[in-house]
Amino acid sequence: MTDLIPVTTRKDWSSDQEVRWCPGCGDYSILAAVQLLMPDLGVRREDMAFVSGIGCAARFPYYMNTYGMHSIHGRAPAIATGLAMARPDLHVWVVTGDGDSLSIGGNHLIHALRRNIDITILLFNNQIYGLTKGQYSPTSELGKVTKSTPFGSLDHPFNPLSLALGAEASFVARTHDMDRAHMLETFRRAHQHKGSAFVEVFQNCNVFNDHAFEGVTAKTVRDDMLIPLRHGEPIRFGADSQHGVVMDVQHGARIVEVADVGEDALLVHDEARTDPSVAFMLSRLARGPYEPTPIGVFRAVDRLEYGSEINRQLADAVDSRGPGDLASLLRSGSTWKVS
Amino acid sequence: MIIRFAGDSGDGMQLTGDRFTSASAMFGNDLATLPDFPAEIRAPAGTLAGVSAFQVHISDHHITTPGDAPNVLVAMNPAALRNELPTLEPGGTVIVNEDAFEARNLTKAGYEANPLTDGSLEAYSVYEVPMSSLTLRAVEPLGVKPRDADRSKNFFALGLVSWMYTRPVDETLRWIDAKFSNKPQVRDANVAAFKAGHAFGETAELFDHPYEIDPAALPPGTYTNINGNTALAWGLVAASQLSKLPLFLGSYPITPASDILHELSKHKAYGVRTLQAEDEIAGIGAAIGAAYGGHLAATTTSGPGMALKAEAMGLAVSLELPLLIIDVQRGGPSTGLPTKTEAADLLMAYYGRHGESPLPIVAAHSPSDCFVTAIEAARIALKYRTPVILLSDGYLANGTEPWLLPDVADLPDISTTFATAPNHTLPSGDEVFWPYLRDPDTLARAWALPGTPDLMHRIGGIEKEDGSGNVSYDSDNHERMVHIRAAKVAGIADDIPEVAVDGADDAALLVLGWGSTWGAIDAAVGRVRAKGHKVARAHLTHLNPFPRNLGDVLRRHPKVLIPEMNLGQLSRLVRAEFLVDAKSVTKVRGVPFTAGELESAILDVLGASSNGGPR
Repeated sequence: MTDLIPVTTRKDWSSDQEVRWCPGCGDYSILAAVQLLMPDLGVRREDMAFVSGIGCAARFPYYMNTYGMHSIHGRAPAIATGLAMARPDLHVWVVTGDGDSLSIGGNHLIHALRRNIDITILLFNNQIYGLTKGQYSPTSELGKVTKSTPFGSLDHPFNPLSLALGAEASFVARTHDMDRAHMLETFRRAHQHKGSAFVEVFQNCNVFNDHAFEGVTAKTVRDDMLIPLRHGEPIRFGADSQHGVVMDVQHGARIVEVADVGEDALLVHDEARTDPSVAFMLSRLARGPYEPTPIGVFRAVDRLEYGSEINRQLADAVDSRGPGDLASLLRSGSTWKVS
Repeated sequence: MIIRFAGDSGDGMQLTGDRFTSASAMFGNDLATLPDFPAEIRAPAGTLAGVSAFQVHISDHHITTPGDAPNVLVAMNPAALRNELPTLEPGGTVIVNEDAFEARNLTKAGYEANPLTDGSLEAYSVYEVPMSSLTLRAVEPLGVKPRDADRSKNFFALGLVSWMYTRPVDETLRWIDAKFSNKPQVRDANVAAFKAGHAFGETAELFDHPYEIDPAALPPGTYTNINGNTALAWGLVAASQLSKLPLFLGSYPITPASDILHELSKHKAYGVRTLQAEDEIAGIGAAIGAAYGGHLAATTTSGPGMALKAEAMGLAVSLELPLLIIDVQRGGPSTGLPTKTEAADLLMAYYGRHGESPLPIVAAHSPSDCFVTAIEAARIALKYRTPVILLSDGYLANGTEPWLLPDVADLPDISTTFATAPNHTLPSGDEVFWPYLRDPDTLARAWALPGTPDLMHRIGGIEKEDGSGNVSYDSDNHERMVHIRAAKVAGIADDIPEVAVDGADDAALLVLGWGSTWGAIDAAVGRVRAKGHKVARAHLTHLNPFPRNLGDVLRRHPKVLIPEMNLGQLSRLVRAEFLVDAKSVTKVRGVPFTAGELESAILDVLGASSNGGPR
């Protein structure tokens, strides 16, 4: 096809359905960012498919004027895997939440990531169950008091990025709902990545878990509390880039004052590093969204993509044996004639 | 002639039985087989728990069952003898590997005295053959270590039995040659053992003369020997070609369904994509994704996997996407009897989802019928945009029969159409695509594939507005949609054949069956008729919806008997649906009905004793 991709605007990517998230929900700004990004990606609306499970985030596909499926709780990565295997011509995005992908659907998430099927996964992490009205989630902090944990949660939370890196995801990134430009850039990179791309989005649930990320994402604190990761550059942050990150075998990754250690001592971010260990240490730098927290692309490596490999095996089989012929298949075992 | 091979799980009895079957098939006998093996890969050697058996019925005329009581038992050790002797016909033939009857093995099998010497086998014709030592001697010149030599003793047994029943040897030798071409020493040892067994039969004066079983008079054509799982896999490949849609299988390994995954994984040249998913739910999930993308999608499993897939089946019902859900049933509940057959998932197939969630159900009745039924399931799924459950079972999956290969040109066209243009005009004049507008005849919804310009739309598990498919919580709409989904499935009854009745309209008894009971019912009804009774029989492929004429057929006969490998599930459905006093005869022992059991059950219902003639 040599047809030009039609020029579109955000409006072309918005469905006619009324958006029904709570007023003030962080999902609105993520939806806006995705709709704004789409016209820039050079793809046709009909070639995009959004697949979701259950939860507030999972309503996302209804609001995109693309193909989409709102499926069942936790299973979106599995459904997206089948769709992406069947239709490598499509761009398949999964929109999920912390309960959907890390609790009921945890198995599908890690296996999609290890298989490296070509899908883009946006995990809206708000550290709470919203749609079921306020129970703690697998990313809620220890001791959290919710309807189902009146005496405080005893569950140790998942760190979504550590989990994704542990599953050897080939693309792992984090962004947040308060910074449209950063979301646009992060989502663009995720879309361009060949393989499973995993993006954690800090998302505020203003009804059940308001201000969960405000300690790091609020405009007033952002400079000192968010650590932008930029490939090939020393990791620095702060209004005057006065803070930095160093890493050594003894102490792992830690935050220092650049003036104390000198710029040459800083860790230079290498997202393409094959071994995920350094990215894993960076994912552990903050114990929660109250300590300086890295954002951006943690890891982006080339690895065999599952769907392409399947198609290669199919093409190889046809090359070596010719296209399958049903009559020969039926006669492929021992046969005999009765006359 | 019914032969049962039995030995330790590690003795290769399934292979021996399989090869004997192949040679018989090539010779032109009609046949049916029943592999019967434990769930453990290798239970402790020599124990009763580790006995693996393979029964084959070969005949010079048409047969439909692996036979009731074997005429011949080949027992490779004391445990096999102890386990399997009760199945043998009175006065039957026992061939034992004499070498295995030593103290240790006898103890493991629970024998206090050696049955070969204590007179307990007097009622049988017993042939004691030192198979282990003769095999050892045969392979010694090849430099095979004694430990490895013992592994070839099943080929000795095969050679011996092949001589006894005048089986052609070339087919077996060719097979050994191909199978072990990478391991020349193993190949040579197996050939030597096979030939030694054959020569032993010829020269030892134990046996009077070989038996001849002439080829059966089967309809002309090309045949292959097929088991149900292979036939089902090939049926899916055929359905893919007949629908012109690529085949996608999402599956998680589970006994006894895994062989379908194995078989389909080989056929990449046919455009078949298989995913060994992380779990049962992902298997059906990926299949739903592929179906959404326009592939002919299937998921294969057994009972425990059906339970796990239930929620996703409900999604497929709601999405109204074509999907094949294949349940190779086994004994349950829970892990149950993984390697033994049962057919107790019928009510689960009907009702095992929340909400009003109807879907069509079809069942195969013989190994080769799995091929035909797979195509029929795909036809219904594609035409009506619906998930379809196909029921097979462990007996069909692993049992084999000669199959008259169909002419590919005679197979039905099951292709479907996709939406390519808007199908609705809004009051504003805008042309749009509504995914839940329906074909007025079939009630199938419009299906537009992702990638189709201008038809972008969203579907999901939340209730949809009739027509537009938009989310709707409206109560009138929900009630309408529940009725539409039910009417769509019920309406398929107009598109399936009426159930065929074999037998006279005035027969006092109708025997109604479904699934793998077909062969045993066929044989039993034949026997009862031979005694002068009038019996009608009918067998269901379509279980939901039922064929249109089923009610009339049931009411035509004063008595209805339904044999089932469960506690009466079809019987319950039939009684509820048609208000007829259907009687059940049930069996849940992990093995199929024998013809004899059903013969007795039928005679009981007829009020005739098993021995007497008509009253």
